[in-house]
Order: sequence, then C-alpha cells, then structure tokens
Amino acid sequence: MTINVNPAQASEPVFYLVDEHDHAEGGSTMLGFWIYLMSDCLIFAMLFATYGVLGGNYAAGPAPKDLFDLPLVAVNTSMLLLSSITYGFAMLSMERSRIAATQFWLAITGLFGLAFVGIELSEFHHMIHEGATPQRSAFLSSFFTLVGTHGLHVSFGLVWLTTLMVQVWRHGLIEANKRRLMCLSMFWHFLDVVWIGVFTFVYLLGMLR
Amino acid sequence: MSVEIHSVHAAHGHGDMAHGEISLSGYLTGFILSVILTAVPFYLVMTGVLGDKKSTALVITAFAAVQIVVHMIFFLHMNTSSEGGWTMMALIFTIIMVMIAMTGSLWVMHHLNVNMMPTHEMGRMQ
Amino acid sequence: MLTAVLALLSLDRYVGTDFFTNDFGGNPMMYVNLIWIWGHPEVYILILPAFGIFSEVTSTFSGKRLFGYTSMVYATVVITILSYLVWLHHFFTMGSGASVNSFFGITTMIISIPTGAKMFNWLFTMYSGRIRFELPMMWTVAFMLTFVIGGMTGVLLAVPPADFVLHNSLFLVAHFHNVIIGGVLFGLFAGIGYWFPKAFGFRLDPFWGKLSFWFWVVGFYFAFMPLYVLGLMGVTRRLRVFDDPSLQIWFMIAAFGALLIFLGIISFLVQIAVSILKREQLRDVTGDPWNARTLEWATSSPPPDYNFAFTPVIHDNDAWWDMKRRFYQRPLTGFKPIHMPSNTGTGVILAGLSTTFAVGMIWYVWWLAGLSFIALIAVAIGHTFNYHRDYHIPAGEVVRAENARTRLIGAGVKP
Repeated sequence: MTINVNPAQASEPVFYLVDEHDHAEGGSTMLGFWIYLMSDCLIFAMLFATYGVLGGNYAAGPAPKDLFDLPLVAVNTSMLLLSSITYGFAMLSMERSRIAATQFWLAITGLFGLAFVGIELSEFHHMIHEGATPQRSAFLSSFFTLVGTHGLHVSFGLVWLTTLMVQVWRHGLIEANKRRLMCLSMFWHFLDVVWIGVFTFVYLLGMLR
Repeated sequence: MSVEIHSVHAAHGHGDMAHGEISLSGYLTGFILSVILTAVPFYLVMTGVLGDKKSTALVITAFAAVQIVVHMIFFLHMNTSSEGGWTMMALIFTIIMVMIAMTGSLWVMHHLNVNMMPTHEMGRMQ
Repeated sequence: MLTAVLALLSLDRYVGTDFFTNDFGGNPMMYVNLIWIWGHPEVYILILPAFGIFSEVTSTFSGKRLFGYTSMVYATVVITILSYLVWLHHFFTMGSGASVNSFFGITTMIISIPTGAKMFNWLFTMYSGRIRFELPMMWTVAFMLTFVIGGMTGVLLAVPPADFVLHNSLFLVAHFHNVIIGGVLFGLFAGIGYWFPKAFGFRLDPFWGKLSFWFWVVGFYFAFMPLYVLGLMGVTRRLRVFDDPSLQIWFMIAAFGALLIFLGIISFLVQIAVSILKREQLRDVTGDPWNARTLEWATSSPPPDYNFAFTPVIHDNDAWWDMKRRFYQRPLTGFKPIHMPSNTGTGVILAGLSTTFAVGMIWYVWWLAGLSFIALIAVAIGHTFNYHRDYHIPAGEVVRAENARTRLIGAGVKP
C-alpha cells in the first residue's frame, strides 16, 4: 500500500490515503454471520432453560420413559453427524475449486439432513398419534418446541443448501458463493452442536429421570 | 485484538477462517471423536451399566461438553485469532449470557416453585 | 431472548401449548422470569447510546477531550455484563424468597457504580473547559441532574423490603420516567439538536428549541416529583381515578406539569417547522457548525454518498480536532472513482411483508398471514440471486461534489 506524500508537506502528518485498493467485498461477512449464530444460540438457550424448568411437569400425562425411542434417536444423531462430515468434505472440495465434487458432497449432506428431518417428523407423528400432543402438558410443550425449533433450523438449512447448489451451478465457485458456503458450514455445524445438547439433556437425561 | 486503520483482511483474498485450517485429517479426527463421545453416553443410558442415575447424568453431561468443544475446534475451526480474535470474544460473551440465563432461571424458578406453588406452608419459605 | 419468549407466548395463544398456563404443568411465573431477563438489558440498551451522545456533546461544547476515555469504555462493558444479573428486581414481590431477593438486590445496587463513574467523567470533562451553552449542552446538563435523581430512587427500590412497599406504586412510575425521560429522552433531544445540521444541512431554530427545553424540563419536575410522594403515600399505578381528597393537590401539580410537557412537545414540533421554513438562514455551509472534534464534521452537511473522497488517516481519538489543530487542508484534486455498495429496496419490502404478516396473525386473517410468510421467504431467497451488489462512483462525479462543497464553503466565509 503506497502513500502518496506531497513533497511540500513531507514533514507533516498524513491525514488521508491517496492510493488505495478496493476492499474485498464481504470481508466482514463471516464475523457478522458468526454473531448472528451467537444470537441464535441465545434463543436455543432460552428454550433449553424453559425445558429445564418445565420439563418435569408431566401433568399426569406421558413421561419421557413412555415416549422416547433411544435407538431411533441414536440413528437420527448419526444422520446429523454424518451430514456434518460430508459437509466438511464439500468444503475441502470447494477449497480445491472442484465444482462437481463440491456439488456431490453437498447433495449427500442434503440427503442426510432430509433423513434427519424425516425421522424426526415420523417420531413427532407417532407421539401425537399416541395422544402426546404439545398441548397435553408443559413437558410436551417444551419438548416439541425445543426439538421442533432445531428441526425447523435444519429444514431452513436444507432450503439454503438447495439454493446454494443452484447458485454454484449457475455461477461456479466464485468468491461470493464460497463465502456463502462457508456461512452455511458454520450454520450446519452449529446445528450439530445444538443437537448434542438436545440428545443429552432431553433424550438421555429424560430417560434417566 | 488488532484495531487497524485498514481492515485486517485487506491484503489476502477471502476470509481468513478457512485458509490452511481445514484438512481431511482434521475432519476425520473430529468425526471419530464425536462418534465415540456420542456412542458412550447412549450405551451408558441404554444399559444402565453405571447403576447410579446421578453419576450417569454427570458423566453424559461431561461427554456432551467435551463433544461440543470437539465440534468447535474440528468442525467450526474455532481459534483465538480468527477475525482478530472477535469470534472468540463473541463466543465467550454468548457462553456467559447462556450460563447466566440458564442457571439464573433454574435457581429463580426453583425458589418460586417451592415458595409459591399450592400446598406449600408459608412459614417454611426458602 | 425476546424472540424466544414471544414465540413461546404465541405458541400458547395460537396453538394451545402449556408454557405459561395455570394448569397442565404450565408456569406463568416463568413468563415473568423470561420477559425480564430480556427487559432489564433492554433499558440499558436504551440508555447506553444516550450516554454515548452525552460524551460527544460534552466534549464538543466544553472544548475539551472526553475525560477518562478508557474508564468510560470499561464502565460500559461492566454495565453491559451486570445488566444481565439484575432482572429479578422487577419481581421481588413474586415470592422467590430472601436468598434470591438479596442476591439480586445487591447486584442492582452495584450496577449504579459504573454509571456513577461515567457521570464523574463527564463532569471532569466540563471542569476547566470553555463551556458553550448551545441547546445540546443544555439538554446534557439537565440530563446530569435529572438522571442522577432517578438513579438514586432506583437504588432505593433495589432494597427488597422497600420494594415490597413500593412495587407497582407511583414511586416506581416516577423512578422509571425519571431515568428514561432524564436519560434517554433528553439524550435524544441533545442528539437531534447536535446532528440535525449534519444530516439535513441546516440547524434547528434555537429560540423554539430553548422554549421546548424549558417547558420539558420544568414540566418534567412538576409532573413526576409529586408522584414520588404519592407512591410513598400508597397510590398504586394503573388507576384512572384516585379519590382520596388529601392527595389531590399532588395530582393537580402533576397535571400542571403534564400541561407544560405538552407545550414542550408542541414547541419541538414548531421548532422543526420553523427551521424548515427558515432553512436558508440556518444553513450550515462549512459542515462544522459547532466547531466539533470528530470526523463526521469533516464532511459537508449533508455528506455526499461516499462520505470521504479519500479514506482519512487518524492520529487521535478526536481526529477532526487534531486535523484542525495541525492546519489540515482539504484535498482539492486527484479524486478517484469510489467503490460503493449498491442500494436495494429488499429491506423495505421485507419490512412491509412482515407488517402484513403480523396484521394477518393478529386479526386471524389466515390467508394474509400465509401469503405474506411465503412472500417473505421468496423475496429473501430471490434477493440472494442478485450478485450485482456494488458499483463505482465515477471520478467526475466526485470532482463535481467536492467542487460544489468548495464553492459553498467559500460563499459562507464572512468578511
């Protein structure tokens, strides 16, 4: 970076830059997205706190032991974990500017994510069918809200993933698309982090009560 | 934290979060650790091997905390220098807020429930 | 936090969940707890920007650098963190018991300390400065007096046994109006007066501004000081009529104060109107009507789209003051094209769609809510397909804007 100094003012301090290259567009986007993710974390924290306070109020209705199918939850957890690693593979391909490989791994990630949402929806359907509706008790309200909000986030992530696949197909791995893929990467891994909290505090600890 | 007149990433290309930090081995290590840290808690709860519910709860909570850290390091590439240290600062601030909101709520609501819910004798307020 | 609580409340109302119900395991006290975890930080979100305004105004109109900048920053950080540790003082009387109440009572008292540190810093900034009582500075002095009184009554309320008597009384009402009007509102008036010329190119009329100021400040004291007395005498809030004859005098004084405040509001509106009508006489030609200290005053009023033709290099917190002191000359040649982000209407459109969504949800117009929601998602996704987010302002345009400014400054120079 060169600073053009007028010879007449050589001994005086410089108050403005004359020669300056353009700032890379979107240089601060990653940090901005991270801060959004932190606020999302706070929302989940509130839902966890609500579950913590109200999660024991079964109102003479079904309790975790009556409802949770741990093997199914284990399968679901592995779906999400696998989707995290396949997204990682997508990022590695992106770094090497290999469009086809990136798209392939993104698609696999999407399939795992879809499997996760599908299994979760079927779990909810089964519970509601048994009469364990969100309206039945405060425990169920907070369960459905916490787990459902996480599932909603995953679903939005899938929409975003699809949109990005279209945009990569149209424009290739340009800077803007790479940035977007990195933001989705943060989002996706963050959701896996939240799920760790969910399966531990809701499902596992629920079965221990 | 560096505060410069020119933005921190003027010189290099896109954000400094991914360059040189992600690698196949990193992802695989994180993945394998996560699998172990998930499988063990599930096993402990499903078989009841530890016998005591309280200690099982403590152990799986500890495993969850460790797995979150594993995710942060291996998948989210969390470190103290990205974005001039601001991502770490934001994370620490959020964790503090989360701790306050959760423990505060649990503590407050516990006392409120004990004191204020029906069938409680007013003379035995906590 | 607010998002989460309101979402839970909405679920209760629209879907029939049991978060805050009286039966089925719900707990209404949880709503109070969660809303105030947000609510208390919110009032600090209100006041901290006002504190920032006061720092700018105090240093400008005292002709002195802000005293203790570092400690101001630390005080702000401490206030931020502590503001998350006091929320229960909004419901001492809900029954959480002595141990919980005393913890939050103590944290509430502690939080007044960094605020006090800031107050001293402003006073020390003024001390041995050359103070100019322009309107923003008048608002600042009024703030210092008024906010401190309000803060002190807050510390009174922080004592749980006292709060058991005063909770939801007019004493509380007086307290929070004291700090919000004295702090936030006076800060906003100071900020409006200070930055209006920068934004619009002409100052606000001083006469009507001062009239508004005196009506507001005198009116505030007449309106709210009696409420402290009434609260101590047992009057609760949210009452339309209070028939005790011995207390009527205080209500009448308060009503008189309300009238003065009303006149203050009218004067403020007249000020805006008069200023627009007299804008040529009040025109700001130099861009620096207050002989201020910070960089925004180095631009024209209003500033061009690109703000600065060349990125400034600073050597001091009060960068503009430093530049003036060292006889900085505005560059008049060598302008280059400037890289700018493009405008977009997407934000406004999304806001409009959110409004129609909200209308639909509130009045159960389901088709409107549904369509708006889908449109929101569609517009948001559609906007991401727009990759043309920037453009360059051609050098010629920069030249024109800067020359126009040079002419304006020249025209304003008084013989």
